[in-house]
Amino acid sequence: MPAVSKGDGMRGLAVFISDIRNCKSKEAEIKRINKELANIRSKFKGDKALDGYSKKKYVCKLLFIFLLGHDIDFGHMEAVNLLSSNKYTEKQIGYLFISVLVNSNSELIRLINNAIKNDLSSRNPTFMCLALHCIANVGSREMAEAFAGEIPRILVAGDTMDSVKQSAALCLLRLYKTSPDLVLMGEWTSRVVHLLNDQHMGVVTAAISLITCLSQKNPDEFKTCVSLAVSRLSRIVSSASTDLQDYTYYFVPAPWLSCKLLRLLQCYPPPEDGAVKGRLVECLETILNKAQEPPKSKKVQHSNAKNAILFEAISLIIHYDSEPNLLVRACNQLGQFLQHRETNLRYLALESMCTLASSEFSHEAVKTHIETVINALKTERDVSVRQRAADLLYAMCDRSNAKQIVAEMLSYLETADYSIREEMVLKVAILAEKYAVDYSWYVDTILNLIRIAGDYVSEEVWYRVIQIVINRDDVQGYAAKTVFEALQAPACHENMVKVGGYILGEFGNLIAGDPRSSPLVQFNLLHSKFHLCSVPTRALLLSAYIKFINLFPETKSTIQEVLRSDSQIRNSDVELQQRAVEYLKLSSIASTDVLATVLEEMPPFPERESSILAKLKKKKGPGAVSVNELEEGKREGGELNGGGERGGDSSSTPSPSADLLGLRAGPPVTAAAPSAGSLLVDVFSEAGVNDDGFLSEFSRFVCKNNGVLFENQLLQIGIKSEYRQNLGRMYLFYGNKTSVQFVTFTTTLNVQAKPVEPLIEGGAQVQQVINIECLTDFSDAPLLNIKFRYGGALQNLTLKLPVTINKFFQPTEMASHDFFQRWKQLSLPQQEAQKIFKANHAMDTEVLKAKLLGLGMALLENVDPNPENFVCAGVIQTKAQQVGSLLRLEPNAQAQMYRLTVRSSKDTVSKRLCELLAEQF
Amino acid sequence: MIKAILIFNNHGKPRMSKFYEHYTEDTEQQIIRETFHLVSKRDENVCNFLEGGLLIGGSENKLIYRHYATLYFVFCVDSSESELGILDLIQVFVETLDKCFENVCELDLIFHLDKVHNILAEMVMGGMVLETNMSEIITQVEAQGKMEKSERLQDVFVEFSHQDLLDFYNQMEMIQTQLTR
Repeated sequence: MPAVSKGDGMRGLAVFISDIRNCKSKEAEIKRINKELANIRSKFKGDKALDGYSKKKYVCKLLFIFLLGHDIDFGHMEAVNLLSSNKYTEKQIGYLFISVLVNSNSELIRLINNAIKNDLSSRNPTFMCLALHCIANVGSREMAEAFAGEIPRILVAGDTMDSVKQSAALCLLRLYKTSPDLVLMGEWTSRVVHLLNDQHMGVVTAAISLITCLSQKNPDEFKTCVSLAVSRLSRIVSSASTDLQDYTYYFVPAPWLSCKLLRLLQCYPPPEDGAVKGRLVECLETILNKAQEPPKSKKVQHSNAKNAILFEAISLIIHYDSEPNLLVRACNQLGQFLQHRETNLRYLALESMCTLASSEFSHEAVKTHIETVINALKTERDVSVRQRAADLLYAMCDRSNAKQIVAEMLSYLETADYSIREEMVLKVAILAEKYAVDYSWYVDTILNLIRIAGDYVSEEVWYRVIQIVINRDDVQGYAAKTVFEALQAPACHENMVKVGGYILGEFGNLIAGDPRSSPLVQFNLLHSKFHLCSVPTRALLLSAYIKFINLFPETKSTIQEVLRSDSQIRNSDVELQQRAVEYLKLSSIASTDVLATVLEEMPPFPERESSILAKLKKKKGPGAVSVNELEEGKREGGELNGGGERGGDSSSTPSPSADLLGLRAGPPVTAAAPSAGSLLVDVFSEAGVNDDGFLSEFSRFVCKNNGVLFENQLLQIGIKSEYRQNLGRMYLFYGNKTSVQFVTFTTTLNVQAKPVEPLIEGGAQVQQVINIECLTDFSDAPLLNIKFRYGGALQNLTLKLPVTINKFFQPTEMASHDFFQRWKQLSLPQQEAQKIFKANHAMDTEVLKAKLLGLGMALLENVDPNPENFVCAGVIQTKAQQVGSLLRLEPNAQAQMYRLTVRSSKDTVSKRLCELLAEQF
Repeated sequence: MIKAILIFNNHGKPRMSKFYEHYTEDTEQQIIRETFHLVSKRDENVCNFLEGGLLIGGSENKLIYRHYATLYFVFCVDSSESELGILDLIQVFVETLDKCFENVCELDLIFHLDKVHNILAEMVMGGMVLETNMSEIITQVEAQGKMEKSERLQDVFVEFSHQDLLDFYNQMEMIQTQLTR
């Protein structure tokens, strides 16, 4: 038995702890604890008032029991009582208990807050610190409400002790993080900023965290901190190692604070004031110089602290990205660290260089280290470091070194850690595409990727290679040859089969001349993999087979036999069965011409942002892909991607029934028609416009005034419109999405319109204004005819302008009584139009409300006795007359149906409104 | 900001954990296990940084750790902290523990967990650094100690001297070997 320490302290507690520790079994322990809990409960409930000491002892026991993992449901009151004790130890235990076991019992919180309030005003620094710690630990909304006003006062008061100021600063920060709306800095701002000048370095240390956080949220209000931070930094950097005494850490003056100051400066652009900027540059140079000086101590702590500052200084230099001189020095310094024997420094150097690579001033300088970085990727023992090396290679890649870097990354993939393989695959795929000059290299790279790390090749990657092969006819023959060779391998990855099946199905004819890859050989090769594949791949292969029948009539009988076999035509998977049946039928009844049309080669895919890049961005979070990279993607993408943001949901997976070969595609895509729905397109972007595109676009504008009216590969038409009384104005924006100009661009409207510029440059946008006056009610929308020449071809397009009668509504507010009176007045049968229809969208009350408001009528609350129903009132303003209209919409959530009733003083208006609205819900 | 500070031994037994963001108790235990798993499999002499485990935010957060004899000290921080700065902070923490306990060892952490928390509270508050100056921290801790003494109330938890502990453990081992015999 260990001797319990002398002194009569808390003998009961010590004995209890010893008892617990001596328990031989869990059961014994629980028994002992329950006994103790019963004892404590009876003591607390007993009539005898407990003194502070006993309370403390029992609360301590409860705390100990809680730490052993048992629930504590009483004792809170006693703990709160301890808070009001005058003895430090009792108070401390009370606060400890609250911090560990606080519950949101509001009654208790009020008492706790009361005790905290007393301690805060006690002027006893120890008690104040305990209270502040408690607030920071709990950080609840109630506490923020109670103390958000008080703490800034404590923080800036002249007579507050330094240690209290430190706690107050971080306490305030905590409250700001939990309830930013309650912490109003306003009047305190400047005094808080001036804490940077405080004599006590500890206060500065604590305050800088607060100021950094506040600056990030309100940079303008706090921008005075820049000059103060610079002068503080300058004083630290230029001080001798002995000046700051206790804040000198292994001969480095205040390293922590220096780092934090440099971080704070990274919230702002370079200082505008020349003097401040000069002083800062001087500091940064001093820090860079010090790195070259011989170390003042051999201890690792010394170099750690020194380098911590150095790395922050380099981050700041990279953040400013405006001083070529400093950037190059930073780069050289990092270059030295790349070969340093300290692993930590190599890791950090690789990481910093990654950001440096995106600066135009230093990109070239970073590239000079390529051999070292490749070496790091190959030889570092630590996966964290290897991962940084891979990141840096990715960041420093450009046209000049892409082949080398991609080759190195590929060879690294063979041995790469599982945890980073998927990311590596994405990176290789992106680099190969971005810097491909020679597309046979690109195809080789991706096929290698599938060979080496097939499991980690996501759908995006193999979709992309197919898109590119289809869009570039110079590479199709090579691709067919290469996949054919790759498929020869006895075991090849399923992704390879997918790519192979697709490409041979499209372009197998390009290599069929060679007897070694004759049609039958190709087919047999593909079919030899069939049984090893999953259902979606098999479905894809079946589509490839029917394409073969079109490409090579001589394979028809063989393939028909395969399709006819029971394993296909009676397959238990309904999709496979359906394909087999349909393809078999198609191949036997369709004439060669029909077959050739149906199974035509896939049309080129519309150009768009690489979905792989989008995936990497998603994987690494928004900050991970540097701006430079995005811009580069745009610049270089012209020939391949078209670049630009397209908000497609690239991660959606195709259903197994994916019609990958576009068999159900509509007529071949012509330049002006909206792209017909072929599935690969849909996989990559939801923005694919369907055939009845503009009809549904039109109805979308019934309840809104702005948006995109029409879009195809060439042209985008946007609309902005505003209406008042019976007048309206519509702005049409014609955007040329291609790089070629449109000439003789004309628009004609079956009403008057101002002429539009006859020429739209590639990538440019022109605007047209249409003034609208509503003379009388109408039901047909004006038609807009657009004609232009793109390349030599004349494009012709007719669109309905989304001008509808409801645009001229004036909302009318009225009370329940008035509404029903008017409703009754409009009781002639022809004044009412009613429709009962099924819901097309989810029946969300808020969405319905928004739509009805968009309609232009007033949405009347508390009018209809049934709260589920909506009623609206408005007056349509035309030049000829005003038409009052009332509307009632009754949703039936169970049946997913609506009943819509419109009554207005003119029968045509009721009818038209009813038609328009029925499409909306 | 510092998200969590974990101390565990070479076998993954937690010796202290302090979370500055709210997790359920279960998750906290899982985080400790996951972190131990990530850190313990690393060789000596590799770098002191790695990406955080999935439970604590993945690559958004970094684990910065040091391994002293039988104990791992792991700080989980977000990107706003300097890696080397945190390494220094760990060093300050350990040196402070060493001064306060006079040659700190794992047993000190077991039996004086409250003191360890007190010392940490003088350095880090709400995930932010309060003080980095070791002598200042020690002064504060000592002042508290004095106050406790002056109130004539001994430490909250059982106090053991090193000799007592050694005896105690020797006895334990003896009992255990007798039991298993």
